[in-house]
Amino acid sequence: MSHHDFGKEGNVKVNRRTFIKGCTMAAAALGLSETMVPKLVEAAASDQRPPVVWLHFQECTGCTEALLRASHPDIGRLILDIISLDYHETVMAAAGHQAEKSLHDAINKYQGKFICVVEGGIPTKDGGIYCKIGGKTAMDILAEVAPKSAAVIAIGSCASYGGIQAADPNPTGAVGVQDLVKGTPVINIPGCPPNPICFLGTVLHFLTFKRLPRTDQLGRPLFAYGRRIHDQCERRAHFDEGRFAEQFGDKGHLEGYCLYKVGCKGPGTFSNCPAVRFNDVGAWPVSVGHGCIGCTEPGFWDTMTPFYERLPGVNIPGGDGIATGASSAGKKILGVTAAAVGIHAAVGIGKRIIGGKGSTSDEQE
Amino acid sequence: MAQRIVVDPITRIEGHLRIDAEIDNGFISKAWSSGQMWRGIEVILKGRDPRDAWLFTQRICGVCTTVHALASVRCVENALGLEIPINAQYIRNMVQAIHALHDHIVHFYVLSALDWVDVVSALSADINKTVQLAESISNWPNNSANRFKAVQAKVQAIVDSGQLGPFANAYWGHPAMALPPEANLMAVSHYLEALDYQRKADQALAIISGKNPHAQNMSVGGVTAAINLDNENTLNMERLYWVKQLVEEVKGFINQVYLVDVIAIAALYKDWLPYGAGVTNYLAVPDMVLDTKAETFDLPGGTIMGGDLGTLKSFTSFNDPYFKDNVVECISRSWYDGDWTRPPYQEETVPHYTDFQDDAKYSWIKAPRFQGEPMQVGPLAQVMVGYAQGHEMTKKYVDYALSQISTIAGVQVGPGALHSTIGRHGARAIRSAMMADLALKHWQLLVDNIGKGDLEIFNKPTFPKGEIQGFGFHEAPRGALSHWIVIKDGVIKNYQCVVPSTWNAGPRDDKDKAGPYESSLVGNPIADPDQPLEVLRTIHSFDPCIACAVHMLDPDGKELIKVNAL
Repeated sequence: MSHHDFGKEGNVKVNRRTFIKGCTMAAAALGLSETMVPKLVEAAASDQRPPVVWLHFQECTGCTEALLRASHPDIGRLILDIISLDYHETVMAAAGHQAEKSLHDAINKYQGKFICVVEGGIPTKDGGIYCKIGGKTAMDILAEVAPKSAAVIAIGSCASYGGIQAADPNPTGAVGVQDLVKGTPVINIPGCPPNPICFLGTVLHFLTFKRLPRTDQLGRPLFAYGRRIHDQCERRAHFDEGRFAEQFGDKGHLEGYCLYKVGCKGPGTFSNCPAVRFNDVGAWPVSVGHGCIGCTEPGFWDTMTPFYERLPGVNIPGGDGIATGASSAGKKILGVTAAAVGIHAAVGIGKRIIGGKGSTSDEQE
Repeated sequence: MAQRIVVDPITRIEGHLRIDAEIDNGFISKAWSSGQMWRGIEVILKGRDPRDAWLFTQRICGVCTTVHALASVRCVENALGLEIPINAQYIRNMVQAIHALHDHIVHFYVLSALDWVDVVSALSADINKTVQLAESISNWPNNSANRFKAVQAKVQAIVDSGQLGPFANAYWGHPAMALPPEANLMAVSHYLEALDYQRKADQALAIISGKNPHAQNMSVGGVTAAINLDNENTLNMERLYWVKQLVEEVKGFINQVYLVDVIAIAALYKDWLPYGAGVTNYLAVPDMVLDTKAETFDLPGGTIMGGDLGTLKSFTSFNDPYFKDNVVECISRSWYDGDWTRPPYQEETVPHYTDFQDDAKYSWIKAPRFQGEPMQVGPLAQVMVGYAQGHEMTKKYVDYALSQISTIAGVQVGPGALHSTIGRHGARAIRSAMMADLALKHWQLLVDNIGKGDLEIFNKPTFPKGEIQGFGFHEAPRGALSHWIVIKDGVIKNYQCVVPSTWNAGPRDDKDKAGPYESSLVGNPIADPDQPLEVLRTIHSFDPCIACAVHMLDPDGKELIKVNAL
């Protein structure tokens, strides 16, 4: 068949041209020069596939589903040719005791070498009883696995910052990995779900250079989260000229005008969505007439809602006046934010810090 | 003497599920299904803008990534009495149908095929015999000798590398694995192809919904995907034709590979046809809406009790009181405080964790009931209801599948065989074929309507002072889903989701009636209690989604937590 290129000899290696193309795209996404491509290829195609242990906690499996939809590398190539996915509850054949054995085999055999991916928030309230796997809480499993890993990649907004279950009033005391794991490098790939390209670029960077890519203050890799959505949006010119959709389905909406007034949170959100888009079909939410909801920002379920009200504090050009934080919507948004900060502080009391092997990522600011 | 086994985690599902079973003389005599995670999303919704609810509830599940969005906007629209434009109905219908194609393909190949297919056995397959087998049941062009040879080499290389990854510690060589090596090789080849075709379905979905998972084109009052044939930032014919082409490609895979593979597995595992019926009360809701008021549908809904098609009672609209007045949830055996059975609007739930207690509380999942009875939901329920109604499309595919199974198995297999573990897989494949046809039908309806000059996609919602309530249902890939909302002065007062996997995975109720997972396991054979592959077969046949199944609300915002016996 056409999409899995097995090569003329029917061997295991993927079609080399397609593979190098994937690595070249990854290098471009990472902001690396073309001279780095051979190194990426070498790292990604080494004989021993790097082991990956993927933990699921309070989550919806949307991040795994996003990975299933990736095209470069595609999921088959990723898990059969590039990495060795030694534990992943959604795809692994084994269950129960056999699954537990796979986990323990991997973290002991590859101690200090495997990549730990975490999907989902970690409930800390009441001893963490709100999420259990094989009779152990998510907190206990993270405490056992994370310190043995080479690095932790928190995929999605839940593993990064607690996510939807951490929204006010955070009934289960959910937090992100970075709130619990100290001493092992942690990188955040937020988004709900994140674009799989951001995750895969980070993995390939780590496999190539044996360290995580540079991040911003929120632990997000700069290659993917370094710029504001608003500054990259194809509708930005409409904003600058004061052309807005005032309501879904109105004339401005049909003309593809700026969505700020129907709630777009692009001016307050850092991500590469407008540049790399989703699912390889040139689509992203703004391309189907819906504003950005700010899903790569910490606490967006509280700070960016109501989703269909204007983001406060944004100056509108084009003679339509200036919307500021004094609007009624703005009050509501700011009020919830204050409440969310309070809750987050309260959650901290129940937290345990998971100690590690004492190393830190000097790449992280 | 009965032997107790615990399978935790159940893998290749969404979420965290534990299954306990007692085994007596090689067969399961009693079983418990327990959801192991709680997030409290309905608590979080309280006090928020009802227009935002769909974006929150969508995050209940990234596998069922469109379904809570659809049910949510419908429940708010129901509360407001708000009709939506016909273009919005068609676009929502395409989202529903195309998502189902993705979901069902992934479920069969990625999440359940390895219960029936022995990957390692594929290494000893004869290539020519594999080609003969494949060509005898399908004209799929990729079933070639070179293709099968390459797949076999790939499996060999993975085994040789010693890094089995997701295939480690599994059930290869298990005595319940019965396919010949050639069937296993064909299935492994299709497993790899399925990874490509599920992606095509997603791409079609992303074009109309911005991204996938977690589509972002819905709105209370319609959809946000503006239609303008003369603009590059909207749905235009370039975008729409891309959707059509991708759906046609996926339809080819479903009709020539997926449906055929399920038929072959059903026939080759005919000894398994008597197992796994469990609860044979079925519930499906009507969907694929054909008008702005939601009174006509392309997919029928209704109830069947006790496996008797003659008991069919239909649901006729989004407002049908036969649905609204008969759904309740019971928490007798669930980790919530108290012991009651209530309609969703009136639920008031406080977590009360007790650890696993066989004869008391043992799950975060509640037990939904219809007229007091447990109901099975999902593709099988939908196919049963459609078959009982004489729904033409359902009948066509069911009769085709049964006649093919009968031919390959060499015995007459009738509709009664559908009440089974394998029947659930068969119904899901049949539903996929139907949804591919319907996706293309609704694409054409949309294009025809646009051709008339109608570009409307949205009716603005206005929230009144005072209290209103509404419910919205949707026939999701895992079955009948309903959302129930109470809105006071324009903000959410109560929100409750009654979810397919709650219907199926729920625990016992106050009358000790077991839920569908639990009932379906009873009587299943277990060849080796240390390797309970048969448990996975029956549980996977429901396509469990446990993040969906576990949810709660607390309308009074009082102290939520009581923890007993950690």
